[in-house]
Amino acid sequence: MFGRCEDPSSLDGAVWLLCYLTTPTHQSFYLAFGTVLLLLAITAPLSLLFGFGGALASRSTIAPLRWFGRGYIAMVRGVPEIVFFMFGPIALDQAFEYLRHRAICPDWSEPVRRGNDFVVCTAAKLPLNADPQWMHEIYGFALAILSFAIVYGAFCGNTIRGAFDAVPKAQIETARAFGMNQRQLFWRILLPQMWIFALPGLSNIWMILTKATPLLFLLGVEDIVYWARELGSAKTRAYSFPHPNWQLWYFLALLAFYLGLTRVSEIVLVRLNRRLSHGQATLAGASRTAACR
Amino acid sequence: MSCLATIQAYGLRSIGIGERLLPKSDFTLCEQIVLIGSGMIWNVYFGVLALALGFWLAIAVAVGKNSNNPLVRIPASWFIFLFRGSPLFIQFFLAYQLFVLMPKVGLSFDLGFIEIAAETRWFTRAWLGALIVLFLNTAAYTGEIFHGALRAVPVGDVEAAAAYGMNSWQTFWRVVWPTMLRLAWPSYTNEAIFLFHATTLVFFTGFPAWRQSGDALYYASYFADKTFNPFIAYPIVAGYFILLTLGIIGLWGVIERYLNRHLPREQRRRTRIRLPLMR
Repeated sequence: MFGRCEDPSSLDGAVWLLCYLTTPTHQSFYLAFGTVLLLLAITAPLSLLFGFGGALASRSTIAPLRWFGRGYIAMVRGVPEIVFFMFGPIALDQAFEYLRHRAICPDWSEPVRRGNDFVVCTAAKLPLNADPQWMHEIYGFALAILSFAIVYGAFCGNTIRGAFDAVPKAQIETARAFGMNQRQLFWRILLPQMWIFALPGLSNIWMILTKATPLLFLLGVEDIVYWARELGSAKTRAYSFPHPNWQLWYFLALLAFYLGLTRVSEIVLVRLNRRLSHGQATLAGASRTAACR
Repeated sequence: MSCLATIQAYGLRSIGIGERLLPKSDFTLCEQIVLIGSGMIWNVYFGVLALALGFWLAIAVAVGKNSNNPLVRIPASWFIFLFRGSPLFIQFFLAYQLFVLMPKVGLSFDLGFIEIAAETRWFTRAWLGALIVLFLNTAAYTGEIFHGALRAVPVGDVEAAAAYGMNSWQTFWRVVWPTMLRLAWPSYTNEAIFLFHATTLVFFTGFPAWRQSGDALYYASYFADKTFNPFIAYPIVAGYFILLTLGIIGLWGVIERYLNRHLPREQRRRTRIRLPLMR
């Protein structure tokens, strides 16, 4: 990009810094911010879906489904979520491999778990040993996303379940009086009104989710924390851009990134809340309607 | 090795008492339960001290954020925003780097009857460095909760106090503070639970586990890495944390009943375990 950057030892000051900040490894670092945003963009709707499913299951009239839903929703209350993040990817990986193993190699006679090893037949390995490196990375990232979605889905389920209960009883009674059946009641009355009660809780979960993204580092994904540690650590003369331990500055940059993300989210969520409150049977909605008159 | 011998060897391993080497292979269930339980000592240590110290800073921060004086209000608001707006994970890394860069000097405090020698390298150890981060973090979260409660104190109470001729100091400690605590208590219970959960992050960030003395999750991941079997060690940690959470709910419930003892029974609000305050 910059022809002058080819001999960094001859540079100094701002030019050196500019060259330093545009090295290929730094570009990976900047791309890692994209990884974080990608994780958020995929995980948020997926968690909402899981949460919605969990909340519906917990309100089901079929007992086993209801127990499953309640168990799923209750799971995050007593246990730190990081335990799930350490547990989730390995457990999911082994579950997938085991299922494939049963399907692909049915005549394998030896046990899968041998002492300290987990052995499945070669064809059942995920991803296959022969697959290129990027497949392994994508697979790791997908496991991370699934773990995030399961954990934050349980958080969302909690909120959505509470929101269903918060829809005023009078609304439901009126719907019944109009002769709506259970399905109509759900689609026309409960679902449209539930969101405004769920929004404060869901906003909070969004904030938690954004702040949980550095945990990707623990799952072995090359995210911004990984690059901050990698690039910030002291570089000797052997590198083209030697510098002392600069991790502090890299982490300050991450701090600024997250503070910015929080601030932007806050502003967007306040607007969203105002819009969704419009015409609802809540204080915020009522005052808004009154102001329009 | 019998289970009793295991308890003797590893029961206090996390604080450096007992067997020097961790078990290397053929882990028994007893070893895993004992060693992970021993790690819980650190989780309880961090949680209890951070909450006990953070509580008082939180009151100061809440009052500061509610102040009319911008010189007090703005720093308090920024303190809350800084610690609530960024991930605890990043805060740990940042604090560790900051502590590493501190000049290495030894200080000694002469308290007259006893002399305490302190060294700045203690800050890079988890027991002090991570505790400071958790203390500031919980102070910010609790400060925000208390600030919300402070604004919800009925104005009639304060007017009544003024009518009795109380000065502002007396009004705060006798009227505002007890009501604030009462209003904030359900949320504060949640904060306490999630602070204990947050203590599991300590040894996964910059802070090294000195001589393999780590917390519950540190030992659990040690076992899971060695056996490649996550289905035993992590459920054990989960079990310990569920017990700890139930303990906190019980203890905080007792305090809540004490705070609400003057109210008629039906006015006492029941604490619901709501979902978190972000961390």
